[in-house]
Amino acid sequence: MQRNRVVSLLLFVSATALAQGTQDAGARLTALESQVKAAQSAGDNSWMLISSALVLMMTGPGLALFYGGLVRKKNVIGTMMQSFILMGLVTVLWAVVGYSLVFSEGSPFLGGLKYLFLNGVGAAPNPDYAATIPQQTFMVYQLMFAIITPALISGAFAERMKFSAMLLFMTLWSFLVYFPMAHMVWGKGGLLNASLGGKIPCFDFAGGTVVHITSGVSALVCALYLGRRKGYPHEPMKPHNLVLSFIGACLLWVGWFGFNAGSALAASALATSAFVATHFAAAAAALSWVFVEWIRTGKPSVLGGISGAVAGLVAITPASGFVKPFPALLIGLAAGAVCYFMVTKVKSLFGYDDSLDAFGVHGAGGTLGAILTGVFATNLVNEGFNRPLGAVDGNAGQIVSQLVGTLVAWGLAIVGTLVILKICDWTLGVRADAMDETQGLDLSMHGEEAYNLEA
Amino acid sequence: MKKIEAIIQPFKFDDVKEAMKAIGIDGMTVTEVRGHGRQKGHKEVYRGQEYEVDLLPKVKLEMVIPDARLDEVIGTLTRSARTGKIGDGKLFVYEVAEAVRIRNDDRGESAL
Repeated sequence: MQRNRVVSLLLFVSATALAQGTQDAGARLTALESQVKAAQSAGDNSWMLISSALVLMMTGPGLALFYGGLVRKKNVIGTMMQSFILMGLVTVLWAVVGYSLVFSEGSPFLGGLKYLFLNGVGAAPNPDYAATIPQQTFMVYQLMFAIITPALISGAFAERMKFSAMLLFMTLWSFLVYFPMAHMVWGKGGLLNASLGGKIPCFDFAGGTVVHITSGVSALVCALYLGRRKGYPHEPMKPHNLVLSFIGACLLWVGWFGFNAGSALAASALATSAFVATHFAAAAAALSWVFVEWIRTGKPSVLGGISGAVAGLVAITPASGFVKPFPALLIGLAAGAVCYFMVTKVKSLFGYDDSLDAFGVHGAGGTLGAILTGVFATNLVNEGFNRPLGAVDGNAGQIVSQLVGTLVAWGLAIVGTLVILKICDWTLGVRADAMDETQGLDLSMHGEEAYNLEA
Repeated sequence: MKKIEAIIQPFKFDDVKEAMKAIGIDGMTVTEVRGHGRQKGHKEVYRGQEYEVDLLPKVKLEMVIPDARLDEVIGTLTRSARTGKIGDGKLFVYEVAEAVRIRNDDRGESAL
């Protein structure tokens, strides 16, 4: 009896100790898990904040320098201002309602008003888009895309658009073209969304349709609507400073790592893959433009080299998170040659004055990239879908979805831009007065000159 | 006194300056100019858009010298500026009515 008591006491004590042990282990595991999550969050968030800054750098000073160097010296700061002012304008639109119209749930064509005034957009992640970073990080990252996209258009109407009309144009364009298109492709429940319930899953990793086709095609519409610059093409309109353009293009190349690799929305292996694809395509396209030009005109130009790099970066944008490095090289090679042909042959054939080749590079390169994404997208790179992705995976039907996405972007850009230009023309007049244009936009619009060398 | 106005290739300017110094001609005024004579311009291509550039960079020298040294200076100048190719430039000789040194009102050849 005595022994039994002792044994049961011992058993009781050891069982209690054991239970306490497992309790300890459980608590420690939970703590460890949350620490791992916090570490991943910190890593992802730091990469996404850096990427956000990189994408902003693409607009200012990247694009501003690239475009600013290509115009004549009387239109330098006017051209730079057309990029820079969007860093202010679009930010305000985005904060008030833009983010909500793109990323809250609504119709397949436009989001709702859930995040009006950034209501509820704070430290907590939005698991639909990026589960490991604050939604505020996601919001500000996407804002940088909304800034650079309209800025790209300004290359088509450079040296002849009224500043006031440009502001109205860009405001309306954000609402009528960018917000709907971005929602359709990237917003939850958007018509073309590939992962969050879209009817026609169109792959667009970082903005081939949303950014480059919309801006490039709108640029063509602007060039046709505004007409040629005074004196084009018989008066010389040489780039006034290719050094500025060179610096701008190289900043674009670096910024594009944030644009494409950042679109993984995490500091992940997918981000690395997109980074590599981006770089490879830019390199291949720079070479292909230079060599095609060398063969055709006898000289390998620097402007050709940097234009080629940008064309490659444009074309790889939709594909960057879906393709392996060698297809990225192929996409780059194709982009350099196709965009060279668009800029040198097609433009002069039709005679439109796409002053800085926003359509020839972004419209053409974006369209090429969007379609080739359907060819080369593979599950080996982007495992999130767990199914064959592009034609190389045996899903040739994806090319059709890519074509639909491309057509939607073209259609929206053409119709939207035409309507907006009409509105701007009726209210403010889109084109600068002949005298202002002759004097140059720097002086006539802004009351300043770029180079006061005698000062 | 004679004034020599010479328009020469920019890359020959240093040779000309040295040659003038060697024969003791110290004063000259130099301007960077653009122009062309019989020399054809060149072609520039920006994204397939071709531009004929026919005004080329040149250097213009102006010197006023004593009458007696005219042939010597012309000879030195042409020798030092010459490459033998089209585009070497030209020089023109003018009569000068008067020269005044502003510092001390010296006049004529002693002002040179």
